[in-house]
Amino acid sequence: MIMDYVNAFWVGGLICVVAQILIDKTKMTPARILTSFVVAGVVLGSFGIYDKLIDFAGAGATVPIVGFGNTLVKGVMKGIREEGFLGVFTGGIGAAAGGIAASIFFGFLASVIFNAKQK
Amino acid sequence: MNNSNQEYLDYIEKNSPKSKLWRNMLLAFLVGGGICTIGQGIGDIYEKVWGLNEESVKNAVPITMIFLGALFTGFNLYHKLAKFAGAGTLVPITGFANAVVSPAIEFKKEGYVLGVAAKMFTIAGPVLVYGINAAIAVGMLGYLMGY
Repeated sequence: MIMDYVNAFWVGGLICVVAQILIDKTKMTPARILTSFVVAGVVLGSFGIYDKLIDFAGAGATVPIVGFGNTLVKGVMKGIREEGFLGVFTGGIGAAAGGIAASIFFGFLASVIFNAKQK
Repeated sequence: MNNSNQEYLDYIEKNSPKSKLWRNMLLAFLVGGGICTIGQGIGDIYEKVWGLNEESVKNAVPITMIFLGALFTGFNLYHKLAKFAGAGTLVPITGFANAVVSPAIEFKKEGYVLGVAAKMFTIAGPVLVYGINAAIAVGMLGYLMGY
């Protein structure tokens, strides 16, 4: 139980450190970091590598945006198993629906409630 | 005297970017790891206290983290944490929520259609476009290869 938290902490932290090195050393913008990390998650997920990391680190692997890419590709694979070629299109967003819908809903709600701070 | 001053300045010049990188890495590690640990805790509460099944927990944790990211962004707290935590606040899913909410609030003055709704996807859009397309490409390849 305690080790679950320790592993979530250091694996999650380390994934962020990789991004920090890229920001400081290559001047990549946050948008490019997030985009490449999601694609990295898709690639790692397609070989089943990322699932092994999730087994080990739990939220340390699912909370970073890399886990979102993994969710997309695992969803596509599951979609293919269940409904053949159509699953290529329905599986990915289907598996990631919760996160996408929550971002759009809470994002909109927050922008209605809150106003921009004066800088 | 002057010479040693110059040497000292050179020393600072040579070493400060490096030590700044180490400092940034440490902060990204601590804050990023911390956010993931919170996610682990939320998942444990859903699973062990509320008795949600594994599949539901997989959906409930990101939704909760996105809610928290949106809330902290609204109160202008996420921005403050991001100032010193850098990638530690960017990479977790809360950073994705921040990337949605932050431009949505900022461009509210341009209206709810072309301001809020359009600008919401300034960063989230590219993430979804490349993430979804990459997954579809992998799926098509897998399907053709007889997966």
